[in-house]
Order: sequence, then C-alpha cells, then structure tokens
Amino acid sequence: MVSRGRRRTWARTAGFYGLAALFMLPTVFVFYWMITLSVKPQVEATAFPPSFFRFSVTTAGYREVFTKYPFLLYTWNSLVVALGCTALGLAVGLPAAYSIARWRQRRLALTILVARIIPGISYLIPWYIFFRHLRLVDTHAALILTHLIVGLPIIIWVMIGFFEDVPPDLEDAALIDGCSYLGVFWRVALPLVRPGVVATGILSFVFSWNNFLFSVILAGRQTRTLPIAVFNMISYEEINWGTLAAAATMITLPVLVLALIVQRHIVTGLTFGAVKQ
Amino acid sequence: MNGPAETTSGARAVVPAVGRARAPRRLGNWGHRNARWLFPAPAVLLVAAIIVYPIVYTVWMSLQDWFASSLTLPKFIGLANYRKILVGDPRFREAVVRTLYFTGLVIAGETVLGVAMALLFNREFWGRGLLRTLAILPMVATPVAIGLVFVMMYHPTLGVANYLVTLIGLAPFKWTYSSGTALYALAVVDIWQWTPLIMLIALAGLASLPQEPYEAARIDGATSLQAFWHITLPLLRPAIVVAVLFRAIDAIKTFDIIFIMTQGGPANSTETINILLFNQAFSYFNMGYASSMAVALFAVVMGASLILIKLRRTAAW
Repeated sequence: MVSRGRRRTWARTAGFYGLAALFMLPTVFVFYWMITLSVKPQVEATAFPPSFFRFSVTTAGYREVFTKYPFLLYTWNSLVVALGCTALGLAVGLPAAYSIARWRQRRLALTILVARIIPGISYLIPWYIFFRHLRLVDTHAALILTHLIVGLPIIIWVMIGFFEDVPPDLEDAALIDGCSYLGVFWRVALPLVRPGVVATGILSFVFSWNNFLFSVILAGRQTRTLPIAVFNMISYEEINWGTLAAAATMITLPVLVLALIVQRHIVTGLTFGAVKQ
Repeated sequence: MNGPAETTSGARAVVPAVGRARAPRRLGNWGHRNARWLFPAPAVLLVAAIIVYPIVYTVWMSLQDWFASSLTLPKFIGLANYRKILVGDPRFREAVVRTLYFTGLVIAGETVLGVAMALLFNREFWGRGLLRTLAILPMVATPVAIGLVFVMMYHPTLGVANYLVTLIGLAPFKWTYSSGTALYALAVVDIWQWTPLIMLIALAGLASLPQEPYEAARIDGATSLQAFWHITLPLLRPAIVVAVLFRAIDAIKTFDIIFIMTQGGPANSTETINILLFNQAFSYFNMGYASSMAVALFAVVMGASLILIKLRRTAAW
C-alpha cells in the first residue's frame, strides 16, 4: 500500500515537471536558438536538418557586426536616448508620482494612464510634421522627448505604489519641524523609495531601448538607434545568419540582464500597478 | 521594501530642521499651499505638449487633404476622409477585420494557455522562482531581436520551425512567406511573447483566492473538477477579464512584430490598421487620410480602455 502511494506521488511529480518543461520549452528555445545561431559558422547556421547541440563555435558573426556596420555609433545613440529619456522621466515623474500618492490625485493618475493607452502611431504624424518643421528630425532631442511617452507613465505608475508605502507620520513630523513639501519630498520620501527609483529607472531604460516605432520615423542617419539598425540589416538578403543572430543577441542581452535585476517590478510596471508581486 | 537602516537615515535627515527658523515656510507660503499642483505640473505640461497637442493636430489634419511630399498646402475637405474609410476603401475595411481577427486570435490563445499555466503552477514547487524569471524574458526582450530570430526560424527551407514540424509528422508550412499562413505565424510570435503576462496576472489572482469556499465544498463532497468550475473560475474571472483587456488594448496596437517580420505582406495578408496607416503616412505621405485612420484607431482603443478603467473602479484591484 505505502509503496504504491509513494509511487503514485512520484509519478505525479514527474508528470508535473514534464508538463512544466513542455510549457516553458518554447520560451527557452527561442533564446537558445538566437544565441547558438550567433556563434555558428554560416555553413552550420543554415544547415538542414539543423544541429541543436553539436556545432563549432566562432566569433565571426560578432566581429562582422562591428566591422561592417557602425555598431558603436548605434549603441551610443541608443544609450544617449534611453538614458536621456530615463533622466527626464525621473525628473518630472517622481514629483508627480509623489503628489498623486500624497494627495490621492486619482484623476491625474488616470490621465497619465491614457498617455500609455493611446496608440503610439496616432502621435507619429503630428510629431513627424512638427519635428521636421523645427528641423529636429535626426536629433537625440526628438527621440528623447518621444520616448518619454513610453517611459514616463511607467515611472509614475510604479512610483505611486512606492510613495504610498512611505509612512505619513514621518512626513508630517518633518512638516511640523518646518520642512517645506519640497524638503519632505527630497529628504524624507525620496531616500525611502530609492529601490523603487532604481527599478523604475531600469524599466524606463529598457522600454526606451526596445522602442522601434518612434525611432524608425524620427531617427536619421546620425541618430539611428540599435533596433532600427538591426531592422535595416534584415533587408540585405545575402547577409549571414550568424551576423544577424549576433546583432539580435547583442541588442537584447543587456535588456534581459537588466530585467532580471528588477524582475519583481516588471509585471507591476506592465500592468500599471494592477498586479503587485 | 525598505530596510530599517534606510528608515533611520530618512528620519535623521529631518532632525536638523528642528533648529532652523520658520522663515522658509513664510517665504514659500504660496508654493507651500499650492504644492499639490506644483509637484505634478512639469509632468502634466510635458504630457500635454507631447500628447494633447498631437491629438488635436491629428483630428484637425484628418479634415484635410494633404500630401506631405507635395508643395501644395493642406486643403480643408470636411469629413470626406471619414466617408472614405467608412464606405469608400475596401482595403481599410479589410485591415479592420484583420486587426480584430488577429487580436481575437492572440487573446484566445494567450488566455487559454496563460490561465492553464497559472493553474498548473499555482503550487509550491522547486524551481518556482526560475519559472517566474523565465516568464518575464519574452516580455522584455527587444521586439526587433525577437522578430529577427523568428524570421530565421520561419524560413521555409532552412528554418528550424519546419524541421520541428516534420519531426512531429506534419507537412512543412511556409509560415510568414505565404499569404495563407502569415497572420497565424505572426499570432504565434505574439502568443509566445505575451502568454506569460496572462499567466502572471492569473497567478496573482489565484494567490489571493480565499480558502473557505474550498473547505465548504470539500465538506459538501464536491469533486475537484466541480470546485474548479464553480469556485475557482468565477472567483478568478475579474483577474482574467483585466488581463484580457490589457492584452486587447495592446494587441490592437501591435506594430513592431508585424512591421519587422512581414511589413504587411505577403499580398497585404498581414496589413493591419497600424501597418496600413503607417504606409499611408510615411510611404505615400498621404497625411490627411492617414490622420483619419489614426483617429478611428484611437477611438477603438479608447473605447476598450474606458471599459477597463470602469472595471478597475468596480473590481478595485
């Protein structure tokens, strides 16, 4: 009896892990395939049937990305835009989130949410006309401003949750002691939500880094960001698969690493506080 | 979230203020009284500048006939563009149907798979943390990189997708390279990317379910299937509805993956509203007409969002 029961639980556990592996296999496989393609020599990258585990390793793909394309310039552009968008987003977003949390400005919060909901493509026509008029197409400024649409709502909505957790007694004590609201915000609230600032900063960076739609129109030859550069690589038909996969790996790997650091806050950020983990 | 060390350092920063004169408070009296408006003001102004102005401009533009490539000025034509998208342009109508079909397809796939996975993983097991970590990766990966990898995997003769398909005994597909299958191939990518989000939302919903109904059901002799059907699903419904609406709002707007992998082809078979609008605006520079499509898309998405906001208020999650 006992042994049969034990065997049954063992079978159930095995079944569970088998099912779990089946569900998670596609997720893992796509990344595995991207990385292995990036180190395969061309002959093996396009071999059919493909080799899953036994293949030779080369860095030719990575070398080609840097020698054939101005990849460093694109990386620099992506960094400037993502960092600029994040810095500006934090500068205006943190006080706004603090205010929404402290004075329960629900309506304001929903208005910010609308910014995230509106299809990005419906901003694109006026922006294009406007920035062309101001001769701002192909500048970092235009990209930073437009990427704010992606970063700012996330910063504000995730930070509202953090500011709400600051004990009000602490702030009231500072106010009674003659501190201004700015002082309370700067010296009491902000130091307490530092982990949140780091998390939202990283989130904003990641979503700006990933942005394709705005950059494809507003970035020019000099300000082309990584996603646009990599997209343009697809159009060359004869290009090496290894080179393509190397570019894909290099552009997405930093984002994945950053995401792992803030993984607790990602679902909160993606669902605008609807789901807290 | 905050360690005790940080709390004390925050408190310590306040202490010196005690000895200070009350002068700053009087000087900044106006600022102090209006702090609740001054704090969010920069963000509000910025959002107004980069959002409200473009929307008003788009609505105005949608009443004009204007090619940005030509030297002629915009010509006011009233609602003619709207008449055209409503009755005069079969291509737009097809794009609307395609957009809704694609949205329905990915939402159905993601909801069924995501909820099933949540039910499976709603337990303590070794590797739970790893699972959550893995689930997050597709959602944050750069869309261009994902699109690129799928383009290579979908290659009809060299791609690994067809190898895997033949392994399980099916005939090879042409994936994004045939107008019959392209939309489905794109839906697979979207489902791959966003099923984890539904799973994580549903997992959070499951974690907050009360235990009492299950105990009562067990006492009444309900089977676990009955308990699932009559307790779990109804209680989980608000979380699922929210997840579905979130995804619906984003799925209607899907642009990156489609533009990167097919650009609307082959033979317009993946041309959704977004792609059609983009091409009208930035390939043909038909700004007035594209603007009217933008307004139509905006109206659809706002409608879905209003439902979401209303639900959010009543469901109080």
